[in-house]
Amino acid sequence: MEKTPGTPSLEAVDLHCVRGERRLFGALNFTLRGGELLRIGGANGSGKTSLLRIACGLLEPTRGEVRWGGEAIRRLQEEFWRQLLYIGHANAIKDDLTAAENLHVACTLAGVRTQPARIGEALRRLGLAGCENLPARVLSQGQRRRVALARLALSEAMPLWILDEPFAALDTAAVECVQNLIAEHVSKGAAVILTTHLEARITAAATLRIDLEAS
Amino acid sequence: MLAALRCVIHRDLLLAARRSSDVLTVLLFFVIVVSLFPLGVGPDPALLRTIAPGVIWVAALLASMLALQRMFASDHADGTLEQMLLGATPLGMTVAAKVFAHWVISGLPLVLISPVLALQFDLPQELLGVLALSLALGTPVLSLIGAIGAALTLGLRGGGALLSLLVLPLYVPVLIIGAGAAEAAASSLGGQAQLLLLGGLLVFAAAFAPWAAAVALRISVE
Repeated sequence: MEKTPGTPSLEAVDLHCVRGERRLFGALNFTLRGGELLRIGGANGSGKTSLLRIACGLLEPTRGEVRWGGEAIRRLQEEFWRQLLYIGHANAIKDDLTAAENLHVACTLAGVRTQPARIGEALRRLGLAGCENLPARVLSQGQRRRVALARLALSEAMPLWILDEPFAALDTAAVECVQNLIAEHVSKGAAVILTTHLEARITAAATLRIDLEAS
Repeated sequence: MLAALRCVIHRDLLLAARRSSDVLTVLLFFVIVVSLFPLGVGPDPALLRTIAPGVIWVAALLASMLALQRMFASDHADGTLEQMLLGATPLGMTVAAKVFAHWVISGLPLVLISPVLALQFDLPQELLGVLALSLALGTPVLSLIGAIGAALTLGLRGGGALLSLLVLPLYVPVLIIGAGAAEAAASSLGGQAQLLLLGGLLVFAAAFAPWAAAVALRISVE
């Protein structure tokens, strides 16, 4: 990636999150630079997803702010989102569209230009050869997850990936493939945040860990 | 950015084509409600001619309400909405594209079929054009205002009833002006003033409603 030295850093400054009556976490600080991987651990309900949603700007923190290259993401808005790939719990897959159409829509929304050939290649890389033109309705849960994750293979240019439980519903071969994609991306100087229960073996130069405790 | 907007419109139309029952429900509802009036009111041509614009407008308004809830619901349920919120395109533009697609699916068919339905009411031929034109200018306004309501009530239990309560009062000016166009054209006044007003409302709503709906969506998704 040509902008390796310039990959901005993602900073969380004094984040507090209260959902309903519950305090999920408080006074959370971290700095994530290019070439680093951040793993967020913790029990169910400890606020992992909320933290990711705050980091990508879907959720306003109760206090504190998230900065991208020193600027609050609340002010950057599209400028930040253009550089971000977020894959949440929900796969964002439409039953009535084919796997290739779903992937094309997802990439176009994120501002990534794709050719049909590259879409087929990305789907094949995730082990979906032959499923390109099947409606997502007939795909299994794991296959739908793979379609969503095929975006990773098309988003090398995004300097920040935020992945919520990327390995959920995947089989071992697919887990390995996604781990390789992540490791490759980090080694090129990008930053990745992910949550997982799996002891993922991702070889990254620098791995940070945050463990949220259930309150 | 234009590629993303084209993609959103194309996707929504494609989804509607693959699930055409949704589109047909709205259209059939409109046809049936309008057709019930001549049966209920009786075959007095003078009376039917008088009530025709009002009846067709109220039916169009209710039919477009029927389709409103679906505007963001499925995208919200499967996570696509989150991706739109985090997209490279300003959310207001994406919402505008979605509203346009929604109007093509749920509003345009009503506009196209309205002259046929108006024949049941013995509406003079020169008024059919005015009526269709008033609907063509008015139904996009209904979709635009409705988008704000649909965004605000997204994911709420009983959101449907709340949506009607929120949106129907805002529809009133559109209804009065829209139905007034054909009535004025029937008298010697001519419906030009009402059509110009509707056009003005459309421009105003197109400029502001998508941004208001975008803010409401961000709040709903939190």
